This record gives sequence, structure tokens and C-alpha cells, in this order.
Amino acid sequence: MIASIKLKMASGAHAGANTSVSEIMTQVMLAIAPATVLGIFCFGWPALNLFVITVLSALLFEAFCLRLAGRLAKPVLMDGSAILTGWLVAMTLPPWAPWWIGVVGSGIAIILGKQVYGGLGQNLFNPAMLARVALLISFPIEMTTWANVAPLFSSHAPNLAESWAITFSGIGSFGPVDATTGATTLGFVKTEFSQNRVLPDILKDYSGMLDVIGWTRGSLGETSSLLLGLGGIWLIRKGVIQWHIPVALLATVTVLSSLFHWSDSQHYLSPFVHLNSGALMCVAFFIATDYVTSPNTPAGQLVFGAGCGLLVFVIRTWGAYPEGTGFAVLLMNSATPLIDYYIKPRIYGRNRNGKPIETGHIKQERKP
Amino acid sequence: MLNLFGSKRIRGGVHAEEHKSLTSAQAIATDFPLPKRLYIPVQQHVGKPAEPVIKVGEQVLKGQLLAHSQGMVSAPVHAPSSGIIIDVNEYPAPHPSALPIRTIVLETDGNDKWLESILVADPFTLSPEDISLRVGAAGIVGMGGATFPTAVKLNMGRENKIHTLLINGAECEPYLTCDDRLMQERAEQIIDGVRIMLHGMEAGDAIVAIEDNKPEAFAAMLTAALPYPFISVRQIPTRYPMGWDRQLIRYITGLEVPVGSSSSEIGVTIHNVGTAYAVHNAIRHGQALVSRIVTVSGGAVIKPVNVEVPLGTLISDLFNFCHVRPDITARIIMGGPMMGDSLPHINLPVVKATSGILALTQSELKSADEQPCIRCARCVSVCPAGLLPLDMANNIRNNQLDAAVDLGLKDCISCGTCSYVCPSNIPLVHYFKYASGEVMARQQAQHKSEQTKRLMDDRNARMERIARQQQEEEAARLAAKAERERKKAEQGEAA
Repeated sequence: MIASIKLKMASGAHAGANTSVSEIMTQVMLAIAPATVLGIFCFGWPALNLFVITVLSALLFEAFCLRLAGRLAKPVLMDGSAILTGWLVAMTLPPWAPWWIGVVGSGIAIILGKQVYGGLGQNLFNPAMLARVALLISFPIEMTTWANVAPLFSSHAPNLAESWAITFSGIGSFGPVDATTGATTLGFVKTEFSQNRVLPDILKDYSGMLDVIGWTRGSLGETSSLLLGLGGIWLIRKGVIQWHIPVALLATVTVLSSLFHWSDSQHYLSPFVHLNSGALMCVAFFIATDYVTSPNTPAGQLVFGAGCGLLVFVIRTWGAYPEGTGFAVLLMNSATPLIDYYIKPRIYGRNRNGKPIETGHIKQERKP
Repeated sequence: MLNLFGSKRIRGGVHAEEHKSLTSAQAIATDFPLPKRLYIPVQQHVGKPAEPVIKVGEQVLKGQLLAHSQGMVSAPVHAPSSGIIIDVNEYPAPHPSALPIRTIVLETDGNDKWLESILVADPFTLSPEDISLRVGAAGIVGMGGATFPTAVKLNMGRENKIHTLLINGAECEPYLTCDDRLMQERAEQIIDGVRIMLHGMEAGDAIVAIEDNKPEAFAAMLTAALPYPFISVRQIPTRYPMGWDRQLIRYITGLEVPVGSSSSEIGVTIHNVGTAYAVHNAIRHGQALVSRIVTVSGGAVIKPVNVEVPLGTLISDLFNFCHVRPDITARIIMGGPMMGDSLPHINLPVVKATSGILALTQSELKSADEQPCIRCARCVSVCPAGLLPLDMANNIRNNQLDAAVDLGLKDCISCGTCSYVCPSNIPLVHYFKYASGEVMARQQAQHKSEQTKRLMDDRNARMERIARQQQEEEAARLAAKAERERKKAEQGEAA
């Protein structure tokens, strides 16, 4: 009876924690879902079109690459990483951008950002940020045309048919571009600074609360610092991401902007505007924390997060672009191998140089 | 910022699903039917195998010496019951390989009759050296699974003049509850063993550390230790691998044991609660280590229980006793599910290291569906040794073993925490075990080739020397001959 047992041999651990790659991806998607839903609600059907097109094309590009590599596509598609990449690309796009922006973005992210390196876990740069930066440089007009908030079902929102026209023939098909679009907070401030205006004057109509909630012009899924922040905190509580990168990143931006704002409030934005504008919250919790492209150790992650924060502040304040998160993350991605090389955990019983630690034990006198 | 890794007392670890309630509430079963045959390997410890001192056909009593320890680090084995020796031969070892190991087979006579021994009235009148000798003669080894000969450790503690004896009652492996039950039921005997060990090492204080998921065991040990102010009993957080000796030492003392040193060099020695119990039996009752408590548990076990069995009992006998369902058994493990070894079959004996035998169903096992590493670094944050499992595994996969060694491969304790948390189901520990074996094999091969080269060089030098000597002798001979002829000629001329 007992000889008939079929046994599989293996090394430990024989038991395992119940997490899988697809589960992690699903949890991240759940965390970004509220901000995405709000974005789609605020910017209506064209935003939904763009979202669906971007995610679907990410899946198609992934399947295409896998086929080229002679691998079975289905099990890899099921891990959820391609959907998540497409989703994150969509979140960074102007909500009324034409369909091909979404397709090209997904193509850059999946093919150039991920599969050319060998697929999941191999890439040096965050695929979504690579797509964002490549699109911004290649198609600056499309990538900086920001639709006004026009919530679904409201009177001035495009209906389904009009939304198809916006997605496939451009914003101009819906009406005069000047009437349907405008500037983001950061973009507006940058332009007005160049007109030699100063801050209290520039921001006299600024409503901070709208930027916190997300009722403002911006990328499809990046407008609500509140929902993104809550989603991020949920991920930290779930143990999906560690706190080190978001905290270091946001703290660095806060400290730097506070110092400069405090010394010259006419020319430097307050930390409140910095934290609640642009892609900062999205990047801090969902992009910079990308496992593959960020350091492995807590100390390394603090350095990485602080580096991202510093670059974001520098680019926003003195750079040519109003928003610098994409560049900041890519630059720090390139520093990740270096950070991991220099910041390693100390091994038990060894000092930082790898030598055995000194013992402080002095042999006791024998007790009488 | 770098101090993030500095002075923390617990590093890494996981809170694994415990599964301890399967067996923790039932008393240790002592009604295990004496097996007809016991298979006693001569090596159940770290060190040299013991050498049999009995002959086939010889009648032995329970506790009688069967094989004598060899050399400095070794331990003897004794008859787990009375009966006749029917074979001394090679039988499969309780190891994943099940390779043959020299084994003494004892056919029991059913009397279970102990060998008479002379007892000491008061062990504290014995000299510490005598305690070590008696513990060594009783065949006691580390009962937590490390199986290092206890007497050697007592001597090291004495020589290094340790100040603290740590008693490991963490039992951090899931499923296992043999130490838990032992502490609940036999706390006084354990504490007595601790006192004897303190005497044997001439150490002052002892600290018993018990994970806080065992409140009953903690209470029992606390009560038993009450009369002895130099023995404190402490609760420690439940976090695998808290029972790793060096993790426990860091948690209790705040000190780390330097790599390459033994803990006694920082003034601490650590022993398992089971070892203390065995020391009590050896010194107070003159009983050699011939049985142990084994947790038999897992989803395929109908009657999971802790059971005291004679060493050499076959796992198949244990499984009959506990009613294991073969149809749903997917893996059999000796030890716990984190560090235990999977066994190829069950005709293998229980040895001194066998803290548990698990029969796990498929749903209790980690998925074998390996996916690419997503560099989530969970393995880095849980590693208690401070290693980078993901980078090590990557290097090993690319056959860059030296790079893996540089990252600390040799400091890996195979605790399995990294494999446990990996969401991509990468068998990290498997990589590390493979690489360690490979590195050792390469070093041996290199050593061998160096040895061969040295021998070759020696031989060449020797041959050269001989050739030179011959040449010189030849030259000398020729010179002598020429001299002789010259003299001869001179003589001829003169004549």
C-alpha cells in the first residue's frame, strides 16, 4: 500500500506564501483603479477610448514579441504585467490624445521598454516612463494638449459618436481647440513665469482642492493626488510596495520646495502645489516603486527616491519642461545598478567590508 | 542611513502559516508499539561515523553501546531496545539521496530491558569534565536537527569561559510541536538538564527562549525555572527563523557571532530544549540517547500526533501508527516544511535529528510553476543573513559561481525564507545548495590537480636529480679511468 506513494522531491522551502506575480499585478491595478475611473469620468468617452486602445495594444505587442521569440503567449499574458504596463502608459497620456499616441506609447513601452531586454524583470528603464518621455519629445503638441474637465453625461461633454471623432480624427473635430483645452497648473505657471509675472498673481485663481480631488486638467489618470495617494498607502499596507521610495521622493520634493518657497515665495512654488500637481503622486507610488527598475535594499531605495525627488524639483523649477517626473525616473533608473552595487546589506557576522566582525568577548575569570 | 541594517535585533524572517494546532494540544503518545526491527545508522551526527563494537548474532540490552565514537567530533550509538543484532550492513540513509549508510539492524525481543547502570546521587559533585564525558558517552547530539555532538560543545563552552547558556525553545518551523509538547509535559526535567549543563560548562546564567505562540510551554517552563534565579525564561517574537542559533543569539544578547567563529567565542553557547532533556536522562538516570519525540503531521495524516519512538524506527511504522493516507500524500519531509529534506520513500529510519515527519498534500506545497524574477526584492528583505538571494540565483543561473560566492553564498544558511516568499516560485535554496556543492567540488578538483601537479613536479625534480647524479658519477668514473690510464701510461713510460 505504502510503496505506491508517488513522491516529488524538492529542496525547501516546501511551503510558500500565497503570493504570485499575477496577484501582485492585480493589486497594483486595484490601487490605481479609483484614480483611473475618476480620470475617465472627468474626461469622458475619449478618455475611455484611449484607455482601451492603449491597454489592448500593449497586450497585442506583448503577444507579438512572445511569438517572435517562439514562446507561448497565453501564460505570459496571464501574469498581468502587460496589462499593467499599458494601463500605466494610458494614465500618463493627455486624456483626449489621438488613438495612435496610445498605440505608439504601448509599442515603445512593451517592445523597446521591456521585450528587447528579454521580457519581464529584465528591463533597465521603467517602460511606461520610457514611453512617456519618447512621446513627449517626439509629439510635443499632442502630448501637451490638455482637455478641459468635461464629465461624462454633462451637457458640454462629447457623446459617444463625438468621442470616436476626437480619438480618431483629433480634438479639432469636436470644436475649437482653444475652447475645449487649456493648460495644466504646472504648465500655466511655467508660461506665466516667462512673462515675468510672480506667483501670488499667477495663482490668484488657483483652487488647490480641485487639484487634490482631481477635478483639473492633466494626464488621464494622474490628476487626483488624493486617490493616488490613498491607493499607494493601501499598497504599502498590503506589503506590495515598501514605503522607502515614495516617502523619500515626496519628502525630498517637500523639503526642497519648502526651503525655496520660504526664501522666495514670488518665484518658487509652494510644496502644496508641487505635491498635488502633475504626475508626482502617481510616480511616487506606482512608477518609481517599479520592482524591476528600482534598487533592492531599503537604503538603496531611500537614495533612489531622494534622487528622483531632487531631479523632479530641479527639472520643474529650472528646466525647460513644466513637469520632470518622467526624466527624473529614467535618470534614476539608469543609476539603479550602481546604487545596488554600492549599497548592499551587511551580512550577518561580517562588517561592511565583508570581513568577520571583531568579538568583544573577554574570557571571564572562572568562578570559585 | 546605512544604520538601517545596523543594530536591529531581528533581521528578515517571515511569519509562516503555523499548522501547529494539528498536534500542539495532544499529549505526547507513549503507546507506540515496539517495532520488530530497528535500523540504527552508525552516523546520526556531525563528524566521524561511529565504529560498531558488536557482532551479528549478539544479544544486546537497551542502552548498550553498539558503535563507538571515533575521533574528536563524533558520537556513539546505543541499542534503542533489547534484542539480537541481525545485520550490520549498508541500508538507505534518511536523506533525499537515500544513499546507503552503514546500519546496525536490531531485532527486538519485546522485553525492552535496560542495561543496568550505576547512578550518581548528586551530579553537581561530579567534575565538569566528568559531565562532558558522560554526556558524550550517552551519544547526545544537538536535538534541534543540527546533531552536533553535545559533549564537544560543552567542552568548547568551558574552554571559552562562556557567561550565558541559551536554551533554544523557539521551534520556529511550522507543523513541528515536539519541543512545545516536551516543554509542556517535561519542563522540570528540561530545567534540571539546563542546571547540569551550566555545571558542565561552568557557566553562570541560562536563558530559555520560547516563541510567543507557545504560551502553555512558556508557563510550564517559567514555573519549573522559578526556584533557580540564574535561569530566566523569556518569550520571543514568533518569526521564522527565530530558532536559527545566531538569530536567537543576536536577539537575546544584541551580539553577532563573527563569521567563521563559534558562538562560545562571544561568550554564549546555545542548546536545544530536547538536548537539555537528553542530558537530564543521561546524568540522572544513566540512560543513553535511544529514543526521541517526533512530530508526525501534515494534511495527509489522519491522526497527527507527537510520538516518542525508539531511534531506528522505520517511517513506515510511524505512518501505520498515525494512519497516513498514501493516496493524497504529495511529499514526505523529514524536519519542518522550511528546512526539512524531502524523502524518496518511507523505508527509512528515524534518527537523532528527526524532529518531525510530515506527509503533505499538494495543496500544502508551494507551487512549482516557476516564473521570471520580477526583482521584487522580497527575498532580500526576509533574508536573516543579509544576503541578496535574487542576485545570487541570477549569477548561479549564468554559471558565475564565483560572483555568487562574492555575494555571500557561503553565508547562506538554507533557511528557505527566500523560497517561501518568492512570488515567482523560484526555488532559490535549490540554486544555492547546487552552487555550494559545485563550488566545493570545484575546489576539491582544483586541490586534486594542484596535488597532482605538485607530485609531478616532485617526480621531475627527483628524476632530474637522479640523472644529474648519474651524469656526475659517470663523469667521475670517466675521470678516474682517464687518471688510471694516465698513471698507467706514466708507469709504462717510466718502465
